[in-house]
Amino acid sequence: MKRVLPILKGLAIPVLVIVIWQVLSMYIQNSFILPGWETILPVLIHPAEPLFGGASLFENSIISLQRVLYGFLLAVVIAVPLGLVCGWSRSAEDYVNPIIQILRPVPPIAWMPLAIAWFKIGFGSLIFIIFIGSFFPVFISTIEGVRSIRIRWLEVAQTLGATTLEKFKTVVIPGALPSIWTGLRLAFGVAWMCLVAAEMLPGTSAGLGYLIMFAYNLGQIQVIVAGMIVIGVIGIVSDYIFRIGQTKLFGWQGKE
Amino acid sequence: MEVLVLKGISKRFCDDQAQFQALSDISCVINKGEIVCLMGPSGCGKSTVLRILSGLESADSGTVCGSEGDAFHPGHTAMVFQEHGLFPWLSVYDNIAYGLRMKVRKISKEQIAQKVHDLLSLVHMEEFANVLPHQLSGGMKQRVAVARALAIEPEILLMDEPFSALDPFSRHELQDEVIRIRDTLGTTFFIVTHNPEEAVYLGDRIIILSNRPSSVRKEIQVSSPRPRDLAEPEMIRLVREVTGDVTSG
Repeated sequence: MKRVLPILKGLAIPVLVIVIWQVLSMYIQNSFILPGWETILPVLIHPAEPLFGGASLFENSIISLQRVLYGFLLAVVIAVPLGLVCGWSRSAEDYVNPIIQILRPVPPIAWMPLAIAWFKIGFGSLIFIIFIGSFFPVFISTIEGVRSIRIRWLEVAQTLGATTLEKFKTVVIPGALPSIWTGLRLAFGVAWMCLVAAEMLPGTSAGLGYLIMFAYNLGQIQVIVAGMIVIGVIGIVSDYIFRIGQTKLFGWQGKE
Repeated sequence: MEVLVLKGISKRFCDDQAQFQALSDISCVINKGEIVCLMGPSGCGKSTVLRILSGLESADSGTVCGSEGDAFHPGHTAMVFQEHGLFPWLSVYDNIAYGLRMKVRKISKEQIAQKVHDLLSLVHMEEFANVLPHQLSGGMKQRVAVARALAIEPEILLMDEPFSALDPFSRHELQDEVIRIRDTLGTTFFIVTHNPEEAVYLGDRIIILSNRPSSVRKEIQVSSPRPRDLAEPEMIRLVREVTGDVTSG
């Protein structure tokens, strides 16, 4: 019962929202404003069925996830090494910091026109937007991770005969990893939001964001709601996976 | 036979606002297999002496020689810090193996495994090889830290207030452990402590530094046989003497 109770508490409000929604939709009787769950649920229950004669909900989700993964991984491959170097070397940070600070507050979607000019509409420009969105959280938390490393650990390594390179490999990287992981988790969330927003812009032809805009143009509000639910669920599940990873991999964190 | 000869070591620290002379003239000798305790008023630079010997700091002047008068190499020391400083992401086994895996050692995997197992049994931690440090008690962590330092076979094991963060029971256990390790391996110990009882219980010799800028104020030879009993009159007298010397700076 102790374990079940928080779950029940957590479910209470969503259930309430659904019930109120349903009552209101029956009262309003206008599927453009508030479609009933009897029209939303069929879309969710049959995710593999083609929508509007095109790709299914499932296929669109896979396309969106693929794009996010590519852009995200590209950002990780560049941001982690760069962050390690900048966290380790004051001088490297002095060079890189100003440009990072200027670019960081720019919303990733603001890059869309340039992205289209540089990479054309479609895959390339979307990957670029994801890259921009996930780069900064990863980069900044990598620097923070390196900074949080205890001087004592480095001193121990040195007295045990570690060279600078060995210190980097055996102390700096593992010591920074928990913070890097937190960065990855944040970045994935940002990437996912950027992607859906970018897909809603004119010119794209697949993905969850596209599906939502397409359904809007056709007045199929129940598909919009179903698409939003899928976006939310994928967001929760990916965050959960990162959280599980955190406790499994870095159980030592904060306990030493 | 002497393993370490310090002559006229001085060290000045500078930061943005101020500079101060920490050590003015430290000279002393440490012999092979000796347990030497280093004491002094707080802030007198005891730890700095160890940090210079371990290569973490360099002296401004003076010389440190090893046996037969050659320049002393920090690679011949290992250090145990007050807070264990174990790598929290490595198991007990991997922590102990850490120094052995560094390129300078050139030791095969099999040799490392053998060595780590010997050390685990030396400090009575065999069952904990695969445990992460955060699952251990304070005393156990410090045992692992000692084993990790011993792994690289230092001529001198430097210890910077190694047991001051432990409960009294673990502290006594580890003090006896130090004596036992010296008796079995012949390791030389140079231990900074602020605890007069600890110095009198452990030390073959006690070196007392003066206030900053510090020099060696006094050396006390402790020749009482082991195991020592701190309740004996001679021990009580020594503890009083050391306490007096330290507090009068």
